[in-house]
Parts: sequence; C-alpha cells; structure tokens
Amino acid sequence: MIAKTYIRASFVTFIVSLSGLTGCAQPIEPWVKPYERQHLADPIMRTNRHPIANKHIAHVYDARESARGADGAGGGGCGCN
Amino acid sequence: MAQEEAVVAVINTTKAFLCLFIWSILSIPSHAAVLEQDRADVLYHSYDGGGMKIDGPAILLRKKASESIAFSAYYYVDTISSASVDVMSTASPYSEERHEGQLGIEYLHDKTTMSLSVGQSDEDDYLAKSFNFSLSHDTFGDLTNLSLGVAFSDNEIRRNGDDLFEEQSQQYRIRAGINQILTKNLSMALNIESIADEGYLNNPYRTVRFIDTSVPAGVGYQSEIYPNTRNSFSTKLSASYYLPYRAALFFHYRYFSDSWQIDANDIELGYRHPLGKTIELELKVRYYQQNQASFYSDLFPYQDAQNFLARDKELSDFDDLTLGLGVTYLIPKQFSMSDWRSEASLQWDYITFNYNNFKDPTAQAAVGEEPLYGFSTHVIRAFFSVYF
Repeated sequence: MIAKTYIRASFVTFIVSLSGLTGCAQPIEPWVKPYERQHLADPIMRTNRHPIANKHIAHVYDARESARGADGAGGGGCGCN
Repeated sequence: MAQEEAVVAVINTTKAFLCLFIWSILSIPSHAAVLEQDRADVLYHSYDGGGMKIDGPAILLRKKASESIAFSAYYYVDTISSASVDVMSTASPYSEERHEGQLGIEYLHDKTTMSLSVGQSDEDDYLAKSFNFSLSHDTFGDLTNLSLGVAFSDNEIRRNGDDLFEEQSQQYRIRAGINQILTKNLSMALNIESIADEGYLNNPYRTVRFIDTSVPAGVGYQSEIYPNTRNSFSTKLSASYYLPYRAALFFHYRYFSDSWQIDANDIELGYRHPLGKTIELELKVRYYQQNQASFYSDLFPYQDAQNFLARDKELSDFDDLTLGLGVTYLIPKQFSMSDWRSEASLQWDYITFNYNNFKDPTAQAAVGEEPLYGFSTHVIRAFFSVYF
C-alpha cells in the first residue's frame, strides 16, 4: 500500500515537472546559458569521474545489501552467492 | 497487487518519458552533443572482512571509431576465498573465481545517445548472460538530460558437488531518469528503476535453522525456500554542487521497496577537493538501512514452519556505514606516454555492518541466545587511467 502511494506520488511529480518542461503550463526559457556552465563542466563535478571504481563499488553493495537499481547505470546478471 | 500497480506506474512513467523524448527531438533546434573521451582504466580491487577475502583485476577500455560511434570493453575478475559466518555455521570454507565480461557500443545522433551492451558473468556454479539497452537525450538548451533503459539477464544456477542440480532465473529491468541543471553551480537528477525477477532466487547452499529438541545440539537445519518472483522498485534523488573555492559536493538519497516486504534507504554525502594542480582528494560517508524480508527468521520454531524460509543475513534487518577516502594523482604531462593524460588513484572504504536480528551461530552460547552478528570490511581500489 505504501509502495502504491509512493509510486503514484513519484509519477505525479514526474508528470508535473514534465508538463512544465514541455510547455503545457507556460513556456520556460533555459535559464543557465552555455557560457555560464564552466563550473558544472569542471571534471571534479563528474559523478562518473572514475567509472571502473564506480562499477566495483556498485558490485560490493549489490552483493551485501538487498536494495538494487536506480543507480543511473545499466544492471545485469551477477553471480553474487 | 501493489507490485503489479507499481509496474504499471513505471510503464506509464516510461511512456511519459518516451513522449517527452520524441517531442524534444522534434522541437528543439540543437547543437550536437559529443561522445566521451577515449580512455583505458586498469584496476586492482580488494575486499577483506567478515571472513571473506575477494580480490582481482579489472580493465575498462573505451574507444571512439568516429565522432558518432564508440566501443567499450570491460573485464573483471573476483578471486574469492570465503569462510564467512554463513559458511562456517553449516559448511566448509571454499574458494572460487568469477569472471565478468561486457562489450558495448554507443551511437550518437545529434543529441541522442543509444547504448547497447551484452555481458556475461561466469563462475563454477553461476552463469549470467545479460543484455542492456539505453537511450539518453539532451534537451531544453542542454539543461535537461532524459534517459530510458531496459535490461534482461538470464541466469543458470548450479551447486558444486551436485551434478544433477540445475536451476534457472531471469531478471527484467526498466529504468528512467531526468538530470536537470538548476543553477550555474547545481544540478540534480531523479532516477527510477523497476526490477522483476523470476525463477530460482535462492542461494543453493544456504540453510535456515530451527529448534529441534530431538537432537542433543537442540538445533536442526533445512534448505532455504524463497518465492519464485521478486518485484522491486527504487527511486534515487541526487545532487551535485560546485563550491566557490573549486570543490564539489555530492549527495544522494535512494528509497527501495520490494514484494518481499523489504524497505531500504541509503544516503550518501561525498566531497571532492583538488590540492594544487596534481592531487584530488575525495571523502565519502554513506549510511544504509533495511528491514527484513517477510519470510526471514534467525531461528524458526520448528521444521517447515512456513511456506518460505530464509536466514540469509542480506535479507535480515540491518544497517551499514561506509567511510571512504580517495586520492587521485594527475600525472604531469612530461611523465606521460605520448602526451596522453594519465592519473593514478587509490580509494579505501571502511564499511561496518550491524545486524539487528541475525545472531552469530559460531558463538559459544545456547541456541537463540548468541550475540548479534556484525563485522567490518576494508575495500580497496587502486587504479590507473589513461586518456588518449
């Protein structure tokens, strides 16, 4: 039941945010211009700065914990007996 | 029933994403995106704790064939020697190797990247073959990135020492994500993923214990029995923030729930700080908590006490805390090969696990009176990266 409510809330949040982006509500212009993104483009800001290390961390947590998914990376089979 | 609705909700959300994809591709005048830089990474990893020692090498290669196509290859080895608490209570220590390989291709068209990968994980008693497809699209003046993905894996489970034992399981994944630049210094992402498993989901070696007054030890053992399906749903909210003195702050929160009645939360805070031009320091703290599966018990009252039985500590009520430290050395160009940029990194994580209803069966105490189990582990990664 909690999961159902939670899923619906997530879905509604998505739709509201998407309708804003698609212009159904009112047109919004991109507010951070390309020349203003040098901080965000700095290599130190990359969450996937070390992809091979991130794969290993994800594997360790997958094997030791029940939670899985939504880590922004592709999943697949893993023999984690 | 709730899980079926959850799957429907994920499909609806995915449809909404697909509509937005199509709309954004058709309506926005665009400047083409670019594929990531070519790179090679070689890693040594080590996990040591709780009676388990796992280590081995890994390699990741990524090479562009043109401005729109890139190939990737990943190879990973686990060499495992285990005398963990699960093993020591009812079986003998063992050692084995796991080999994992993955091949991928990425195709970039304008602002849309399509990725396809196939993979295989192989060990004596487990063979997993997987397939992954994902789409990613930049839109809204490149302030927004939308992603969608599906994955499938087919698994063959065997039991060492029992040639007649052979079971199958399948896993289906569907995921969607939105990444949004909010200010000049802040970007946030929301990812959701639904995973459905079916088939043999047990660990073929693990047993549950029950009170048995007919034997002197007072305890009997029988095989675990899991349901043949498991549906799970997770949502992750992440944020990256650029600090004014050139450092980066990372945050994520994930909520997970599944049809085995496990609810889990994890929260992580990371910090990356350059020191001069050649050193990057990383600090991390992560907390994870879950409650137990509905069919878990540390000690069942009698044999066949319920339809489904588990005493896998990963299905129990527990929490863990990770403290992490990482250092990356950006090797000056005069020491690099062919002017290629290269880096050497060392990362160390210290993880402590506290189990709230899994008792240590190796302790000298009456059945059911043992102290709660807990352990800590050191996880080390040493790797070298070259950009060419």
